[in-house]
Amino acid sequence: MSQTILQLQNIEKSFDGTPVLRGISLDAAAGEFITLLGSSGCGKTTTLRIIAGLECPDAGRVLLEGRDVTDTPPNKRDVNTVFQNYALFPHMTVAANIEYSLKLRRRPKEEIARAVAQALELVQLTGYENRMPGQLSGGQKQRVAIARAVVNRPRVLLLDEPLGALDLQLRRQMQLELKALQQQLGITFIYITHDQEEALTMSDRIAVMRDGQFVQIGTPAQVYDDPLTSFVARFVGSANILQGTVVAAEGGLVTARVAGCPVCARAGQTEFRPGQPIALALRSEQVDFAPEGSGIPAVVKEKSFAGGMLRIALELPDGSRLVASRHGIDQSLAPGQKLCVRWAPEAAVPVEVDD
Amino acid sequence: MPNRKNTRRTPLTSRWMWLTLVPLYLFTLVLVLGPLVYMLVLSFETRADMWGVIPQFTLANYQNIFQPVYLNTFVQSLKLALLCTGLILLIGYPFGYFMARLSPRGKKFMTAALMIPFWTNSLIRLYGWIIVLRSGGTLDKVLMALHLTQRPLKLLYTYPAVVVGMVYALLQFMILAVYSSAEKMDWSLVEAARDLGASPAQAFFTVTLKLTMPGLLSGVILTFIPSMGLFFIADILGGNKVVLVGSLIQDQLLQAHNWPFAAALSVVLMLLTSLMIGLYKRVTHTTRLEGLL
Repeated sequence: MSQTILQLQNIEKSFDGTPVLRGISLDAAAGEFITLLGSSGCGKTTTLRIIAGLECPDAGRVLLEGRDVTDTPPNKRDVNTVFQNYALFPHMTVAANIEYSLKLRRRPKEEIARAVAQALELVQLTGYENRMPGQLSGGQKQRVAIARAVVNRPRVLLLDEPLGALDLQLRRQMQLELKALQQQLGITFIYITHDQEEALTMSDRIAVMRDGQFVQIGTPAQVYDDPLTSFVARFVGSANILQGTVVAAEGGLVTARVAGCPVCARAGQTEFRPGQPIALALRSEQVDFAPEGSGIPAVVKEKSFAGGMLRIALELPDGSRLVASRHGIDQSLAPGQKLCVRWAPEAAVPVEVDD
Repeated sequence: MPNRKNTRRTPLTSRWMWLTLVPLYLFTLVLVLGPLVYMLVLSFETRADMWGVIPQFTLANYQNIFQPVYLNTFVQSLKLALLCTGLILLIGYPFGYFMARLSPRGKKFMTAALMIPFWTNSLIRLYGWIIVLRSGGTLDKVLMALHLTQRPLKLLYTYPAVVVGMVYALLQFMILAVYSSAEKMDWSLVEAARDLGASPAQAFFTVTLKLTMPGLLSGVILTFIPSMGLFFIADILGGNKVVLVGSLIQDQLLQAHNWPFAAALSVVLMLLTSLMIGLYKRVTHTTRLEGLL
């Protein structure tokens, strides 16, 4: 792996006695795209503000290129931020906003002009130099905020839900553009979002956050396919969590009894003893329907169509719920209908229950 | 038209509703515009020998202003107004700025603390300053008790006393104007400036000061204009030593009974202040004075 740019070491922070960050650690490599994923109030923004220097941690250190910057003011850190509300200076033109940081550094005039033109080209806003922020659309403001933050070529760029205020179509487009921009510039991105799809699309690594802690840090594939806990499984993969009891474990597979029926799951590295309670994460698209007598019997409770997927809510014999999903509109299922469900053994993952 | 009923009920579009505005227009015409026109006309008329005016056109009243003694009064007034406005700016801007950064409770408390003294008549509060500033008054007693001074300072009826009175009387306008500007400011802009490499001072001068400029300028207008005309402060705290345009007008009207000259002085004063407001509009591109909602 390439060299480490940013290190967070056991950061703790409380506001008015309420702990917001409970000892988080993270290493970010040069040019890496790391997403902090979590619901609102989990401490994502506070983490970002601590990296930027806008907030001081109560404990722990922040290292930038190996140098301790925990007590360094924000203006002396080689880190820039794209704020959630863009925070463009309303009294300055687009060009003045972008060149702000260069002017503070007293760069020569020609260099500033070149850098501004380049930054505007990068975000496809050439020709907007003399507009005021008030005359721009949300998407354009977003681009100016990005141009302003990257014009200085910081080592790390922090982005606080930068696409939160944009509509879905523009969001998708900007996601791709941002990712391309990041690869082009080779800057380390620390990106905040509460949208798991966005995180999975863009990131090299995802840090799933909950209650001021990182629950799991890993590549999108790791977090999606091998969730460590039930929270990660639900939040990232919208997975079902099934409770059961271990029957046997051998050859990388574990057999468990769920809702009175024997089922199989991937065991991974974990040791399982018979009789031990187990929780299995199972994503809805991995639930298969089977002929009667070959899986867990279930009753269709309701059907709904959303986002190109048909979601089928099922009830298992022990009263627990299971959601299955299918592409397109499947007409053949009706509420009250009895069927059986099963899945490929490797589809179910044992997780630690944390929610 | 489904909206018809609603449209008809809208007060201002109703046929006879304009009648309710008549008192307002009458009030403005009779009590605001009328006296102004009367004053303008008066300033071009001739003073009668004993009492009143003769309706005879003259420019003498305006020429009169250019006599050194009167011109000097204008200069003195301008100087005092500038000094007071400067002092008020130095005290009021930081005051309003920090007030905007208080908690909601703190803001309420400070607003109340600023407003409550104004429930008392301003003349009575001025007499309070006499008690503080007079020879052997409160200030002298405190300073002498602390052994900072040996004998009374005799501050009352001096120029500094007038300045203190003016600053005291007008400070709240600056504070509230700056406060209302700073209160609306998006503080994340300051964080953005810091993030982009600005020191606290650089962030203040490039962002905060620029964005609170409308409040600052309106505070300047709101203090500079009255300080040109607050004659009673100069009279009460300055004795006869400090003569301002305001006191000159009052003297000409009530003592010398030279109404046309008093009117001409008033017209010039009004022109000066209108000029200031015009400048303000030019600079800020607004017609609204911040802090006067």
